[in-house]
Amino acid sequence: TKTRTQSLKERERERRKNMAISQDHNKAFGWAANDKSGILSPFHFSRRENGDNDVTVTILFCGVCHSDLHTIKNDWGFSQYPIIPGHEIVGIATKVGKNVTKFKEGDRVGVGVIIGSCQSCESCNQDLENYCPQLVYTYNSRSSDGTRNQGGYSDKIVVDQRFVLSFPDGLPSDAGAPLLCAGITVYSPMKYYGMTEEKGKHLGVSGLGGLGHIAVKIGKAFGLKVTVISRSSEKEREAINRLGADSFLITTDPQKMKDAIGTMDFVMDTVSAEHSLLPLFSLLKVNGKLVTLGLPEKPLELPIFPMVLGRKMVGGSQIGGMKETQEMLDFCAKHNIVSDIELIKMSDINMAMDRLAKSDVRYRFVIDVANSFSSAL
Amino acid sequence: KLPSSAYINWDTYCPSIRPGLWLLSLSPQSASRSYSYFTSPMAKSPEEQHPVNVVGWAAEDSSGVLAPINFSRRATGEKDVTFKVLYCGICHTDLHQIKNEWGNTIYPVIPGHEIVGVVTEVGGKVLKFKVGDKVGVGCLVGSCHSCENCANDLENYCPKMILTYNGIYHDGTPTYGGYSNIMVCDESFVISIPENLALDACAPLLCAGITTYSPLRYFGLDKPGMHVGVVGLGGLGHVAVKFAKAFGVKVTVISTSPDKKIEAIDRLGADSFLVSSDPDQMQVAMGTMDGIIDTVSATHPLLPLIGLLKSHGKLVMVGVPEKPLELPVFPLLIGRKLVAGSAIGGIKETQEMIDFAAKHNITADIELIPMDYVNTAMERLMKTDVRYRFVIDIGNTLKH
Repeated sequence: TKTRTQSLKERERERRKNMAISQDHNKAFGWAANDKSGILSPFHFSRRENGDNDVTVTILFCGVCHSDLHTIKNDWGFSQYPIIPGHEIVGIATKVGKNVTKFKEGDRVGVGVIIGSCQSCESCNQDLENYCPQLVYTYNSRSSDGTRNQGGYSDKIVVDQRFVLSFPDGLPSDAGAPLLCAGITVYSPMKYYGMTEEKGKHLGVSGLGGLGHIAVKIGKAFGLKVTVISRSSEKEREAINRLGADSFLITTDPQKMKDAIGTMDFVMDTVSAEHSLLPLFSLLKVNGKLVTLGLPEKPLELPIFPMVLGRKMVGGSQIGGMKETQEMLDFCAKHNIVSDIELIKMSDINMAMDRLAKSDVRYRFVIDVANSFSSAL
Repeated sequence: KLPSSAYINWDTYCPSIRPGLWLLSLSPQSASRSYSYFTSPMAKSPEEQHPVNVVGWAAEDSSGVLAPINFSRRATGEKDVTFKVLYCGICHTDLHQIKNEWGNTIYPVIPGHEIVGVVTEVGGKVLKFKVGDKVGVGCLVGSCHSCENCANDLENYCPKMILTYNGIYHDGTPTYGGYSNIMVCDESFVISIPENLALDACAPLLCAGITTYSPLRYFGLDKPGMHVGVVGLGGLGHVAVKFAKAFGVKVTVISTSPDKKIEAIDRLGADSFLVSSDPDQMQVAMGTMDGIIDTVSATHPLLPLIGLLKSHGKLVMVGVPEKPLELPVFPLLIGRKLVAGSAIGGIKETQEMIDFAAKHNITADIELIPMDYVNTAMERLMKTDVRYRFVIDIGNTLKH
């Protein structure tokens, strides 16, 4: 027994030594949530050494996505703590591995929602890494070598070059960061579900938050007529005057809803609170398409009759592949599309999360990481 | 007492299925007004509405019991085709409608929208048909002819489409279906039946056939080598299997009854059979199908079906459960999958489907019954006790 306990202790010492070695080599610092209260606090950890295919990114800005809030509170039930969230990362490449061809030191780069895939399946070969069965998310995930992945509310990140994006010159780092999740999340289905094939089609955007406001901007850039669909009128003037929406529909006004029946070719539903799809379905023309992007906790109610009688459909979409994400960034740079943001320091993050839970933000918080940590350290 | 679905605001969400009544912009509250229009002394009885005497079988109330009725049809108009009805298929929709399960039935209702027969008279302006031709009429007898859908040969999505029965025709009179000896229909809604198709066995194609053919085409589930699932092996399901096989698609039948397996594979030609209540079988089949045609109208969970789809797969509903179903959103997002609906098809596509069926020798598997068996047939249909469609031998058994 004594021998067994001794060998256990030895193994434990060995393990801690190995961790310390890796910590010494690539120490990192961020803010993490430790339990489902979701409260974030300073956290020391380490990143892997920069491998031959890797790019090390010193993080400048990181957007606060609603998924970050869902994950730190374990709303979806698969959170593994401690979690450093953040998957809308913009920074500078400070180190590139010897096989890296696309980036050099000093380049401005972005890292989005995914940092790994099998790179050999049908999906990966079609530039659809986001549908690979072995997809690895930027945070709250494990890579194949067992490392737990931590996100962008931190000072640096090490990523395989395939999952690093080149940040175009025209895009500001802070207001462009949310494009890495919100931008691609709306851009990809717009293309896949045929919204960009003909000009003048009518798109309804349900929910005016992080996803919704970018959907309006990108929709207008594609030449679509855009109606914002919302519960209250408080966002109406902004939607039309600042974001460029063509009209605004209040779901709680029965007469307006009745007039809008059968007028939309597409509806993008960005709302993640529980809601019925019936009113949105009625807005669609025949052959209309409802794209659902929000991530509610419970299933939604799907009315079958109107769907069958109008040959309508409801489809999902999840971010986009790396090639398409790059294409989206270049498109936004060309059309001057950026997110409307509120810049915050890392120390304000918990307050920001509370406000985000009440949708009290126009329309994305972005953490000024570089300026937060220099003072912290 | 109307079922709860009667309080769906039909004129808002589905104006076309409350045909005629939507012209009066009715809401369910004033529906009772419309019913009384047809029962008031001022309205003409079915016998008096038109000059041509016809016999049929009708349901008079929501018990759904069918009995002989004398009624009338219009004289052959210049664009009309009149034909002697030989056969009429019994669609499950007929059962729903005679029992007023969707809350929109106008009594007396004479069902039947899988009608085939032989032309006896054509109007002066009819170009496509002549006396003696074999013809059929499906679920539609009219539309507006001027909207975008009509212009695109999608009369079945026209907001003013007129159903073959339980509808209101352009002249304001109710439409009556194929459980009758004579049918009069506008030429543009009549389908030509090719010589080599057996008339009795091809009648169900006019509804079941087009209902499954159309989505297989529209959603691109007709490419050789694809893998398509068919949920439910009834009137719609068995025809879906035949069409999909004719397209060169690999077909898996998904059913709750294991005893349909041998038929599905040996007689209908399905490639495999999946018992949906067996979790092990379902687990193995996950992520293997490009598309699924779901013909089941009972309430059922969508999650396992969505799980069977590959990424970018499509679940197409052609059965119509009354109540909304639960839609799990995560699997749709993670796999970019979609759930869609489809309802019959336009007239041009219906003709295309019939010609395709003639070329590939596709007809329905039917049980031919005499007219007076119809109430028993309805009871058996309720228990899905039929392989796979009843067809009424109108020509030989509907007595004057």
